[in-house]
Amino acid sequence: MKIPEDLLYTKSHEWAKRDGQKIQVGITQHAQEELRDVVFVELPEIGKTVKAGEPVAVVESVKAAFDIYAPVSGTVSAVNEGLTTTPQLINDDCYTTGWMYTLEFSDEAELGNLLSPAAYAEQLKSGAA
Amino acid sequence: MKDRLIYERSVKGRVGYAWPTLDVPRIEPKEILSKTHIRAEAPKLPEVSEFDVVRHFTRLSQDNFSVDTNFYPLGSCTMKYNPKVNEKVAAMDGFAQIHPLQPEQHLQGILQLHWELEQLLSEITGMAAYTLQPSAGAQGELAGIKIILSYFQCKNEKRSTILIPDSAHGTNPATAALSQFKVVEVKSGADGLVDLADLKSKLNEDVAALMLTNPNTLGLFEKDILTITKLLHEVGALVYMDGANMNALLGNARPGDMQVDIMHLNLHKTFSTPHGGGGPGAGPVGVAKHLEDFLPVPRVRKKDGQLFWDYRAEHSIGRLHGFYGNVGVLVRAYTYIRFLGNTGIMRAGKTALINANYIKKKLEHLYPVPYGDLCMHEFVASAKSLKQYGVTAQDVAKRLLDFGFYAPTVYFPLIVEEALMIEPTETESKESLDAFIDAMLAIAEEAKAGLAPEAPQNMPVQRVDEVRAAREPNLRWLPPASSLPTEPPTQALGQSSMRMDSSSQTF
Repeated sequence: MKIPEDLLYTKSHEWAKRDGQKIQVGITQHAQEELRDVVFVELPEIGKTVKAGEPVAVVESVKAAFDIYAPVSGTVSAVNEGLTTTPQLINDDCYTTGWMYTLEFSDEAELGNLLSPAAYAEQLKSGAA
Repeated sequence: MKDRLIYERSVKGRVGYAWPTLDVPRIEPKEILSKTHIRAEAPKLPEVSEFDVVRHFTRLSQDNFSVDTNFYPLGSCTMKYNPKVNEKVAAMDGFAQIHPLQPEQHLQGILQLHWELEQLLSEITGMAAYTLQPSAGAQGELAGIKIILSYFQCKNEKRSTILIPDSAHGTNPATAALSQFKVVEVKSGADGLVDLADLKSKLNEDVAALMLTNPNTLGLFEKDILTITKLLHEVGALVYMDGANMNALLGNARPGDMQVDIMHLNLHKTFSTPHGGGGPGAGPVGVAKHLEDFLPVPRVRKKDGQLFWDYRAEHSIGRLHGFYGNVGVLVRAYTYIRFLGNTGIMRAGKTALINANYIKKKLEHLYPVPYGDLCMHEFVASAKSLKQYGVTAQDVAKRLLDFGFYAPTVYFPLIVEEALMIEPTETESKESLDAFIDAMLAIAEEAKAGLAPEAPQNMPVQRVDEVRAAREPNLRWLPPASSLPTEPPTQALGQSSMRMDSSSQTF
């Protein structure tokens, strides 16, 4: 299972990549495999303010629709428009071209609540949902 | 063998009916219609005889999977047998030949049925009053949410949150969101029931209601229901119960006694009226005494032995349906309840529980059930253990079709991995339950032996590419360039060939 070392993770299978005062967010390899073929992505509006743990986006596969949660609180500053026409980017490469949105975080301390690659790998191993 | 489309059966010049020679002056459409209302091009309709049409659609109808032909364990849908006596009663002239615009004194029979059905549903569920208007569960939910809105409006309170457990039917959050409520999810605990601590942490004065399904979609009874309703009422909020799973409680427990404020029933589930295939359904909504004034109008009332429609409506949310709801469905449900009687209703509920638990016990060594030891009318098993052989819940579902069974609900609720939601209902015999169990076990063995085929094998249509269908939907059938008449038929349009609607045969 691919779990890049330079990312932070959530229990709900999102990844976050820090870039200055922003994080880029997507879903993990595990989430992508569980969902199977993504057929639709609902992205947030730019400027939307969210709290950590609140639903931001929706990913729909042939199995079901799933909420994607904000890893930390902040304001949406960019979205991956490519997903609207090519949702399978998430299946093709969930860590790069399949990114979903960028969040300007409002409280740096919240990043400390996210999981390290090792901790996320441990969670997957223990089978917690 | 793949059936030809009705278009592919078209033969140039073939007609359904021969019309007599025109004996009135012929009027061209363009003489009486404006240009915008006249087609520039004749519709491309298949040219077929009546017999072609009858044979084609009769043949297609034989591909239907229905509860009259096969066991249909589709969880949370309660696909029970629809007794034929329901049809017989609904077809009686006194019900079938009346018109809603007849004077009320001519309609006392059907009004009496409305009146009595409301009482029967109140008695079965413990609610104070019912509206029979909503035409399905989702519309019942909408009615319920509108009642909640009006209730708080009347109290001059602004509340904007609806709480919904993570095991709920998708229609619950959809209904709440449609009515501009913010939806907050309540987590299930390790036992599959509402996590009380999580519920408490989300309760405040902004919460308008909790939408709860009981038993929930895991087939488990929310045993803390009295605490739950009390907690909601303490913050001034209401409890809405989704009655989709009411079959489990029939004759044995009443939501009204659990202090539920509003609930809907699905007559097409619990009360044996036809379900699936486009309905129509019926989703009566019951309320506790303090919400009675908010019910839709008109309501049936009695004065001096005469029944009439009462449109008085100070707080009513208004009308939800043309006339008085799907009346034919109401007649069928009424018939069902009267035929079963008190003891029959109770036995139906209990037998549904026994049947579900019987299948559960026989399957759980191969299809583990992560939540609950004993289930109610349905249970959610997991096909997770077959994943190592490359077989998923969807594969199991498709393979069941080959064995002559309809597929259970799959991948729902989301809190169970590779979920298979199985609901046998009370109307199946032990023999049919055993046959289903054998098929499920055979499918697991097949998977373990690496012999699982790409199912279905024996169906008229094989595995459909759902991903491509969702990503590149192609919703319109177009004829191959050469196969259709390019010229309109020689007779005047609309008089010659039988018109067939293309949308009715494209699956």
